Amino acid sequence: MSFFSVIEDYQAFDFDAYFQQVSRSEVARVLAREKLEALDFLTLLSPAATEFLEPMAGKAQQLTVQYFGRTIQLFIPLYIANHCANQCAYCGFNRANAIERRKLTLEEIEAEARAIAATGMRHLLVLTGEAREVTPMAYIEAAIRRLKQCFASISIEMFPMQEAEYRRLKTAGVDGLTLYQEVYDRQIYRKVHLAGPKTDYRFRLEAPERGARAGFRAVNIGALVGLGEKRREVFFTGLHARYLDDRYLATEIGVSLPRFNPAEGDFQPRYPASDREFVQFLLALRLFLPRAGITVSTRERAAFRDRLMHLGATRFSAGSCTGVGGYARPDRRQTPQFEISDTRDVAQVAEAIAAQGYRPVYKDWDLIA
Amino acid sequence: MSKDVLTIGGKVFTNRLFTGTGKFADNRLIAGMLASSGSQMITVALRRVDLSAGGDNILEYIPKSVTLLPNTSGARTAAEAVRIARIAREAGCGNFIKIEVITDTKYLMPDNYETLHATETLAKEGFVVLPYVLPDLPLAKRLENAGAAAVMPLGAPIGSNRGLETASLIALLVENCQVPVVVDAGIGRPSQAAAAMEMGADAVLVNTAIATAQDPVSMGRAFGMAVEAGRMAYLARLAEMSALARASSPLTGFLNE
Repeated sequence: MSFFSVIEDYQAFDFDAYFQQVSRSEVARVLAREKLEALDFLTLLSPAATEFLEPMAGKAQQLTVQYFGRTIQLFIPLYIANHCANQCAYCGFNRANAIERRKLTLEEIEAEARAIAATGMRHLLVLTGEAREVTPMAYIEAAIRRLKQCFASISIEMFPMQEAEYRRLKTAGVDGLTLYQEVYDRQIYRKVHLAGPKTDYRFRLEAPERGARAGFRAVNIGALVGLGEKRREVFFTGLHARYLDDRYLATEIGVSLPRFNPAEGDFQPRYPASDREFVQFLLALRLFLPRAGITVSTRERAAFRDRLMHLGATRFSAGSCTGVGGYARPDRRQTPQFEISDTRDVAQVAEAIAAQGYRPVYKDWDLIA
Repeated sequence: MSKDVLTIGGKVFTNRLFTGTGKFADNRLIAGMLASSGSQMITVALRRVDLSAGGDNILEYIPKSVTLLPNTSGARTAAEAVRIARIAREAGCGNFIKIEVITDTKYLMPDNYETLHATETLAKEGFVVLPYVLPDLPLAKRLENAGAAAVMPLGAPIGSNRGLETASLIALLVENCQVPVVVDAGIGRPSQAAAAMEMGADAVLVNTAIATAQDPVSMGRAFGMAVEAGRMAYLARLAEMSALARASSPLTGFLNE
């Protein structure tokens, strides 16, 4: 049994027919329930539920404040390499793209760490492309060991790994795993992942579970909103989180809502989501997963993000650079993996959070090993 | 009549509301909440304390007169809790420690087994140990024997605001423990805090309900008053409750006619 079998269970499910029959009274009934089942969640994702955004928001806000207080956890990404063997149609690091490829040396990584730490950031997300020959496990381990001198929490967002490899990284100092399925729809997955190890849908799908088994404290999943039919994609994201949450009591399961933004010129997503839809998805996720951390990145515009902390978001990246390095030597910034909309620095984001009546949290963990 | 005080780890407390630092929208609210509630002990998760220079240090918002109760939030094993406790003491947070060993992120149930082991170790090292546990009488007695300075049974899951769901089990602890019993977690309303005190708890610890209130400073005061009222009622010996109404002198009232 893995989440793959859950996906298979829904192969024959007629989502359109389900959405068609959702009535207003059904949405109201779901809103009155305390614990939501899978189809309740789908009801909240339905077009019919778009008329209920305000009551959904009220409940989402109440649940978020109960479980998280009025706080926003901050983190910052660090790309240590952009070499990649994959050909993902939507990604700036696509191997077919003629961009400058770089891999930071351990000394450069330390310089980046110091520059980031100076902003007050204590939670770091470390990223690479997938290129096991150029950036092997030993390199990643060495990088983590350097970085943990400067940070209270280190998460990784890399390629899917074996459980034993996750254990190695946990020993090196990683406490969190972020891994997006990108798109749960298998046909679309095949279409946008043209070559490389990432074409293995199932190995990726089951990686968050391997991470939970390896003992990471936090596992964060998501779908790239826009690639697949959006309501279904958010539905499967929520089910995946619930699946993990039910099985791995020791792991904090979180979700992200990464959405294509118009700044990303080349790739046109087939199912772009409007702000209204985005908010509906965020609210539905909060009501379905009351305790889950929900991340909204700098892909979203500053003014829009500031609203989302009232609606269920609990984690923001800030001051992000999505090219390799870029913190110690801003003059050497490289092609980003994706475009940023919220370009405020850490202090500005923190100020904006405080201005909304929320507290920016820099540190919520310790690497005590 | 001697003054009603609570003594833990050699320290004397005249206020029986313990508070916490989590979930506040602004750390500056903490000092105001402590002042309004009168709370003399506050718990802080070491994982949220940034000991590095220049960081936003939550400890700066807590007046020196308030006893710091660092907690081991994030610990999954006794060994981790012990390590966190030692770090807290070395960092100058004093020798009080609330042991919180939680292996499940869903219900945040304390792991009584690991907690007992951590208590044994830390009490020997001279810590004033306040273990957060499920209300289990045999375990509470073991904790006492291991040197715990108090026991902190949960009323309901952390942050759930569901009140004294475990009341009948807590009552056994209240009746049989020699060390103070502090009801921790789940208390969502001042009336629930008062109820815990009425049943004889020595103190209550409240965080979420205060921190997430629209006005945490006023809510702190409300809890402070409720705890005081509940304590006073306990000391004054509550009348027995009855399901039926009872006329005040049904049998002998005629004598006054």
